[in-house]
Amino acid sequence: MLDIKNLGFRYRKADILKDIRFELDKGEIISIVGPNGVGKSTLLKCIARILKPGQGSVVIDGKDAAGMKSSDLVKCIGYVPQDFPSKFPLTVFEAILMGRRPYITWRPSDNDLKIVSDLIDLMELTDLAMQDFDCLSGGQKQKVLLARAFAQETDLLLLDEPTSNLDLKHQLEVMEIISDMSNKKNTGVIMSVHDLNLAARFSDKIVMLRKGKIFCAGKPEHVMTVQNIRSVYDVEVMINTDQIHPFIQPLRAVS
Amino acid sequence: MNTESSDIHKEYRNLTGKKTAFIILLFILLLFSAIIGISKGALSIGMFDSIKAIFKDSGTAHAIVWKLRLPRVIMAILVGGGLGFAGTVFQAVLKNPLASPYTLGIASGAGFGAVVAILFGSGIASEYLVPGFAFFFALTSSFFILGISGIKGPSSETMILAGIATMFLFSSLTSFFQYMGTMEQVHEVVFWFFGSLSRAGWKEIGLAGAMILLPFPFIMKMSWDFNLLSAGDEAAKALGVNVKRIKITSIILASLITSGVICFTGIIGFIGLVAPHICRMLIGSDHRFLLPASALTGAVVVLAADTLGRTLWAPQVIPIGIMTSFIGVPFFFYLLMKKTKEYW
Repeated sequence: MLDIKNLGFRYRKADILKDIRFELDKGEIISIVGPNGVGKSTLLKCIARILKPGQGSVVIDGKDAAGMKSSDLVKCIGYVPQDFPSKFPLTVFEAILMGRRPYITWRPSDNDLKIVSDLIDLMELTDLAMQDFDCLSGGQKQKVLLARAFAQETDLLLLDEPTSNLDLKHQLEVMEIISDMSNKKNTGVIMSVHDLNLAARFSDKIVMLRKGKIFCAGKPEHVMTVQNIRSVYDVEVMINTDQIHPFIQPLRAVS
Repeated sequence: MNTESSDIHKEYRNLTGKKTAFIILLFILLLFSAIIGISKGALSIGMFDSIKAIFKDSGTAHAIVWKLRLPRVIMAILVGGGLGFAGTVFQAVLKNPLASPYTLGIASGAGFGAVVAILFGSGIASEYLVPGFAFFFALTSSFFILGISGIKGPSSETMILAGIATMFLFSSLTSFFQYMGTMEQVHEVVFWFFGSLSRAGWKEIGLAGAMILLPFPFIMKMSWDFNLLSAGDEAAKALGVNVKRIKITSIILASLITSGVICFTGIIGFIGLVAPHICRMLIGSDHRFLLPASALTGAVVVLAADTLGRTLWAPQVIPIGIMTSFIGVPFFFYLLMKKTKEYW
């Protein structure tokens, strides 16, 4: 469904991303991992065409994204940013309704409102629907942002660190929502993740970046090895493979 | 679950209904204030008589209404509406609650342009020269601000500091030209700077009306884009907003409105900052409703301020800028104290 070919991005003559290539099928979840500043967010922004990639192409269902009209593209790709600036009062309902913007000309239809209402119920935000977005906790805000992207009804979702700044329960809750949604609607998901255990547990494939290039990619159990993590993160880890998903336990930083 | 869901749905429709009602209410209030504005003055005309005087050719009353009061009332509506509308646009585009034509130095830019035109343009079609120069310098300062927000990010501190710097730059330039000008020119400029609606004649209203009202429909069309901008530039882009184009067009249009206001009335109060806030506190930030509500609120406040300014110590007229603040500030503080949860 999504084919990333030889993607590259330069900023001020420095290669931020180079030779990125991977494929994503419908309903598949791919996690992008790597240390801070490796280009995870940049990669997501290039795919969403928030940034224009310098080289290579992003092909969606056989069509090059560069040649697509932005009004068509937003019906294919949903993007959830890391931060949520909110200077002005905005209700939860209005925040999620924004996801319907590609389908609304002026007045939202009953169908638009129904989709938003259903998502609010699904996210268990019913009591907060008319509350101000700013009054929500970090976990609730993240759910609203996810709901906004779900409301967009795209086949592909790009999530920039959906679990950063969340407590343990919300991390799991958010990951489960993403995984359920991907299963139910057959949505392809690419997300950048810091927590290697969450990545290993919730993704079908992992793409590990090092210095703007793909260091290795594949099934979680193939990517999450002691050697790989040592070379990419400079961290010594122990990996427990007794369970279904590899469990990574960090030991010490290597200098 | 389904019943709950349809409840939220209804609640939203209910709220948008209330917002529409609020706008209609403001409109009625504006009509009412306009009639009062027309009836009050040195010669008090009854409210019904003043409506009659507009339509019937009945001697003195008709002359007073058409020559003096109606132009003034319409100018007040244009000025207040324009400032409220433009203020909302600047706040939405810069995502900054402190943005307004004044705090960003855009009004000072327009003022400087007008002064240059007044000083050097005498004789040469000055009725078009003043608005032209005002618009040019308003644009200069707004692009300066837009550029800075692009480089440094639209944080409140950066924007307002840049705005204050622009404001000082243009007021020093204005002072410099005043210093160089002749006595009569200085007098003219000082008088102009007081901010007054009394210069409004039908010809000025025509030009000001065009500069202020023509951008309205184009800006209204961008309401949804303004809504999405509040989610952040990147999120807005991902939802299909052409962020750069929206920012540049709306800034140009809002600058046009600001210069339309400034060049015919001088520097008037802070309504561009306050009207959007008053409305946001009352009906939220959906720009489909916020934009018309802010324009109407601005118009009502300026019109009420002018009517009071003319009548309180008649025949003395309190300048409109001073009166707007007298009326607007207490109301703003009242809302500020009442509202506890958001940043207000």
